[in-house]
Amino acid sequence: MSTSVAFKNLTLGYERLPAVQQLDTEIKQGSLTAIVGPNGAGKSTLLKGLTGSLSPIEGHIEVSNLRADDIAYLPQQSEIDRSFPISVLDLVAMGLWREIGAFGQVGRKMRGRVEQAIAAVGLRGFESRAIGSLSGGQIQRALFARLLLQDAELVLLDEPFSAIDMKTMADLIGIIERWHGEGRTVLAVLHDDTTVRSHFPETLMLARELVAHGPTETVLTSENQFRARQMCEACASTPHVCGKSAA
Amino acid sequence: MIWDLFLAPFADFGFMRRALLGCVAVAVGATPVGVFLMLRRMSLTGDAMSHAILPGAAIGYLVSGLSLGAMTLGGLIAGMVVALGSGFVARFTTLREDASLAALYLISLALGVLIVSTRGSNVDLMHVLFGTVLALDDASLVLLCSFASLSLLVLALIYRPLVLECADPQFLRSVSKLSAATHFTFLMLVVMNLVAGFHALGTLMAVGIMILPAAAARFWAGGIGTLIAAAAAIAFLSSLSGLLLSFHYSLPSGPAIILVAGVIYTLSLFFGPEGGVIAQTLPRRRFET
Repeated sequence: MSTSVAFKNLTLGYERLPAVQQLDTEIKQGSLTAIVGPNGAGKSTLLKGLTGSLSPIEGHIEVSNLRADDIAYLPQQSEIDRSFPISVLDLVAMGLWREIGAFGQVGRKMRGRVEQAIAAVGLRGFESRAIGSLSGGQIQRALFARLLLQDAELVLLDEPFSAIDMKTMADLIGIIERWHGEGRTVLAVLHDDTTVRSHFPETLMLARELVAHGPTETVLTSENQFRARQMCEACASTPHVCGKSAA
Repeated sequence: MIWDLFLAPFADFGFMRRALLGCVAVAVGATPVGVFLMLRRMSLTGDAMSHAILPGAAIGYLVSGLSLGAMTLGGLIAGMVVALGSGFVARFTTLREDASLAALYLISLALGVLIVSTRGSNVDLMHVLFGTVLALDDASLVLLCSFASLSLLVLALIYRPLVLECADPQFLRSVSKLSAATHFTFLMLVVMNLVAGFHALGTLMAVGIMILPAAAARFWAGGIGTLIAAAAAIAFLSSLSGLLLSFHYSLPSGPAIILVAGVIYTLSLFFGPEGGVIAQTLPRRRFET
């Protein structure tokens, strides 16, 4: 199987302080991978590196056969202005950006696809509601609908299930498994071990440096988790080496 | 009665018709920009930039007196310098954008008043600060109408990226490279409309016709389109009533227009159905789908 994403001696960080250090591993094409690790382990930073919004301090990321718009990225929820008066339909339709760009028209066919995506995440009937009137779970459903329309080869999700209800989580996991079935590569930063064990075949454990990467049952062990916490604490006590505190 | 109060001033006096046309042009051009300023929580940025235009207009005045072209050009240049300058300071120093903007506009305002008052009379200073809506000539009207048309056209062009830049900037950056260009174009629109407004209402009042109708409209409308329509309607109503008040009671017209807008804003604050004071205290009825 061809490699989709390769991290080569990758160091990422902010203002020259590394948050991810000397990462050397590969994500297989079509794999469904959970990224886990203690707080401050560099999980979100790694996704930002993949989107290209953060340039490596050292090393590089090899992304084969993918253009920038083949990558879809769902950041943590806080970045959306929910008081902005935009409807669910309009927000979701922006997933078509690759096709419509800044000026293109949303034709009848495309509108049908937008409605299909909204129905697929269980938001039928909410099309004309303002995003400010939605609950956290409903917003997340709308953002998944937008991801569906982005039709990306590589999907990056940062804490997609934080602060949402169980039913929504189950539905959204269904969408992720559908992507996996379609052969897309999915990387998700997650906290909950149970979710990772039951739905994510591969796991990458990070504590600034790589702790372990492989099949979930071999990676998500108590020894590895203990080691990851220790590595992060060690980093926190020597901030001149590792940068941001682990808290 | 109605004729005398509302129509005769415009029917009998050419300067009132010109003033109304000038105000409508400014209202149509500036209110959509004001709505986006408000939605992006940049209302005070608009205020700061309107003051920043003053020294540019003043230098134009210094060079060629009360000349339309020179003062327009000076205002545009000064506005862009301050907009870019504050962005630059915020990016490359530890100072936040609001603080750097405040610093730049205070300097500009002082400089502008100084330049106008050393070279001109107090009357000129009042013209620059409070505008000359009752003395708009043909060239000024053409300028105001062209700026308003251009502003609407550009806004229509950047509408989608601008909405996205406001609602979900991170998503826009992830799908396109237009984020910075959109922000910059939007700032240019703000400056352009402030310079147009300055000819009619003066540098101190120009931002009023941009922000007050938008803030009032927030209490009446939910969507962006309806917000813009409501804001433009409120701006038009304020211009009309303000001009009539200033005609019948010999009030300075710029402040009269802005004060009417202020009254509409205050009424909206209490009676507006979208989150107004009264609507919020009444028991809420919820419609869940």
